[in-house]
Amino acid sequence: MLWLRQAIAVTMVNLKSLGQRAGSSAVAVAGFAGVVAVFVAVLSIAAGFERVMASGGSEEVAIVLRAGSDTEMSSGFELEQTRIIEEAPGVLRGPAGPVASSELFVIVDVPKRSTGTGANVPLRGVGPEAFEVRPEVEIVEGRRFREGFQEVIVGRAAAGQFAGLEFGSRLRWGEATWEVVGIFTAAGSLWESEIWTDALVLQPAYRRGSTFQSVYARLETADAFGRFRDALTADPRLEVDVERESDYLLAQSQVLRTLVGVLGNLIAVLMAIGATFGALNTMYSAVATREKEIATLRALGFRGGPVVVSVLAESLVLALLGGLIGGGLAYLLANGYQTATMNWQSFSQVAFSLSVTPGLLIGGVTYALVMGLLGGIFPALRAARLPVAIALRRA
Amino acid sequence: MRYLHLLWRNLLRRKVRTLFTFLSIVVAFFLFGLLMAIRHGFDYGVQIAGESRLLTIHRVSIIQLLPIRYQSQIGTTPGVGTVTHSTWFGGVYQDPRNFFAQLAVEPERYLAIYPEFVLSPEEKERWLATRPGAVAGRKLAERFDWQVGDRIPIQATFWRPAEGPATYEFELVGIYEGATADVDETSFLFRHDYLMERVGDIGQVGWYIVEIEDPGRADEVARAIDAQFANSAAETKTTTERAFMRSFAEQVGDTGAILMAIVGVVFFVILLIAGNTMAQSVRERTSELGVLKTVGFTDGAVLGLVLAEAVLLAGAGGIVGLALVLLVIPGLEPMLQAFLPVFYVPPAAVAVGLGLAILLGLASGGVPAWFARRLEITEALRRR
Repeated sequence: MLWLRQAIAVTMVNLKSLGQRAGSSAVAVAGFAGVVAVFVAVLSIAAGFERVMASGGSEEVAIVLRAGSDTEMSSGFELEQTRIIEEAPGVLRGPAGPVASSELFVIVDVPKRSTGTGANVPLRGVGPEAFEVRPEVEIVEGRRFREGFQEVIVGRAAAGQFAGLEFGSRLRWGEATWEVVGIFTAAGSLWESEIWTDALVLQPAYRRGSTFQSVYARLETADAFGRFRDALTADPRLEVDVERESDYLLAQSQVLRTLVGVLGNLIAVLMAIGATFGALNTMYSAVATREKEIATLRALGFRGGPVVVSVLAESLVLALLGGLIGGGLAYLLANGYQTATMNWQSFSQVAFSLSVTPGLLIGGVTYALVMGLLGGIFPALRAARLPVAIALRRA
Repeated sequence: MRYLHLLWRNLLRRKVRTLFTFLSIVVAFFLFGLLMAIRHGFDYGVQIAGESRLLTIHRVSIIQLLPIRYQSQIGTTPGVGTVTHSTWFGGVYQDPRNFFAQLAVEPERYLAIYPEFVLSPEEKERWLATRPGAVAGRKLAERFDWQVGDRIPIQATFWRPAEGPATYEFELVGIYEGATADVDETSFLFRHDYLMERVGDIGQVGWYIVEIEDPGRADEVARAIDAQFANSAAETKTTTERAFMRSFAEQVGDTGAILMAIVGVVFFVILLIAGNTMAQSVRERTSELGVLKTVGFTDGAVLGLVLAEAVLLAGAGGIVGLALVLLVIPGLEPMLQAFLPVFYVPPAAVAVGLGLAILLGLASGGVPAWFARRLEITEALRRR
């Protein structure tokens, strides 16, 4: 009890005298804040991208690709094959037959608003059941494209990032002119980065004959997946890979998540080392300026433990402050920032917004506290080991 | 130089503090070098791409193919020299994660138009004589431990053979090297005629690479090429290779701005840390500075001493940090190869880094040095 009371008393003295060391303490806080801001902001890129990729995928939807294709871009099916897949057991049946959409996936060159240079925007040809397969797709302006017409609908994120995709615009791709008849949202998912049209209209425009590239099928239940997959892989007329849509989209975001994750952590670790040295300086000088005070306390009978605790507490308070400032800055500057990048697997653009999640903020503050602990522990031990007589005699 | 010893003694006055400040500066410059290498890795293509080469791609998007007959038509456009083509294969070697670029090309013209891809005459001859022959960049060959003569099976994705298994078996006939450090040594090149043989001669290519005689007329020639194919089934879009590379880099995102923002934060923090150290050490030495002035040091000399001390500390930190990153980068390179084919600290960045180290010293020592200069002898000696 005495120990605890001593610890609290010394800590309070320390914290109250922080103002006298404002300059040096501010340096430590700024160091922590800088590290946390960079850490959180960089990882918010990965988090935002992952949110877009993950939220589009449903466990109750299966995607079927030609065996060996890891993306829709390199897959391909004949019409008869897509029929077999759509009719397979496990697929939900609606009033108009199986709830499945055979699709084409191509890219079109559309200028990016921010730079004016061309970018690969996905153009997806979908079947009539596509809106049943993905009920999250919702028209927010205009209407759906009509079957058989050269009309497209544009995801809201794509319309925001790329020029000339506004509602009502006309687009000339190849020999055909297309009209944007609607803008859609899809609960913030990947589909909002795309342009959609009728697959049967896209086939002749892209000289694809009667072929498709992928089939998306809504399953009766999430558990029907095994039955559906087994039926297709056992069928001698097909050579296919079947995956849950949620797994497929998560795998698609792997490259970027890994790259940003590795770089973000590497940069943060290096910065943290630098900032910890700064914090060590601050805490050593804090201890040095209070040498006499600490020695006096020790002479009065305060033990070493409370002195250690008080220095550590001061360092942790500075770290917490820095972590909160850094996290707050990252939140203010980065969160919600709209951008687009290349999804390497499909070679096309994905629009997303940076996302500073609570998890990232907690991670950032924890990170700051670890730095504070490391920066405080050695000065704290030094303070406790100070020879009382010598310190008192000094100055 | 006469005062070097004095500067050194001053720095050693508080060894631990100097060491920590030094180490945080080392880390900052290490990070600076690393970030500059990453930045260069993202936009090296823009810098090396020739202004004298044009790329002609399908107007709708680069994944659309172009007819092979365009080659001779482009070749007859005034101002055009050699024309060759390249086609993205997009196959899988063992596992989709082993990603690298595979291109079907015309060996002789391709090597002529890209002189920066260096292949020995014997290897080139063997390639011309071997239809399933392929050449790999040095870094790619090292990554998979390929030797000349190896058979390399690659699973087709878009380019499935008309008959037989979906795997192409290539024979590695050569390993090319880059003429400069900025050349991508991670590509896999094989013969377009072999591709056509396997898929059935469909007469299609991915894009054209057009050498022009006068880079000053690039826009004019590009327009002339596109005009020939206007209103056809496959319209084209021709730009300089550099413009193409830039727009490609911009598709990835503004990596340059993100990296520079990080560098900015790093240096701001380090400036505070180093500035704080200098301010503390000058404050502690107030009376000493008074003594120096008493024995005849001018105000300017005292200012110079403090500044020199800060510059010495920052400069040493900068040099060590940059030297460390130069040592470490070659070790990191194989791990990042698939993302960043070119990964090294550009010499210009090293020079900028050294300049920044000196600036950091001047900025961190500036205020304390000014304080030291203004110090009155009586005032300084009284404080104690």
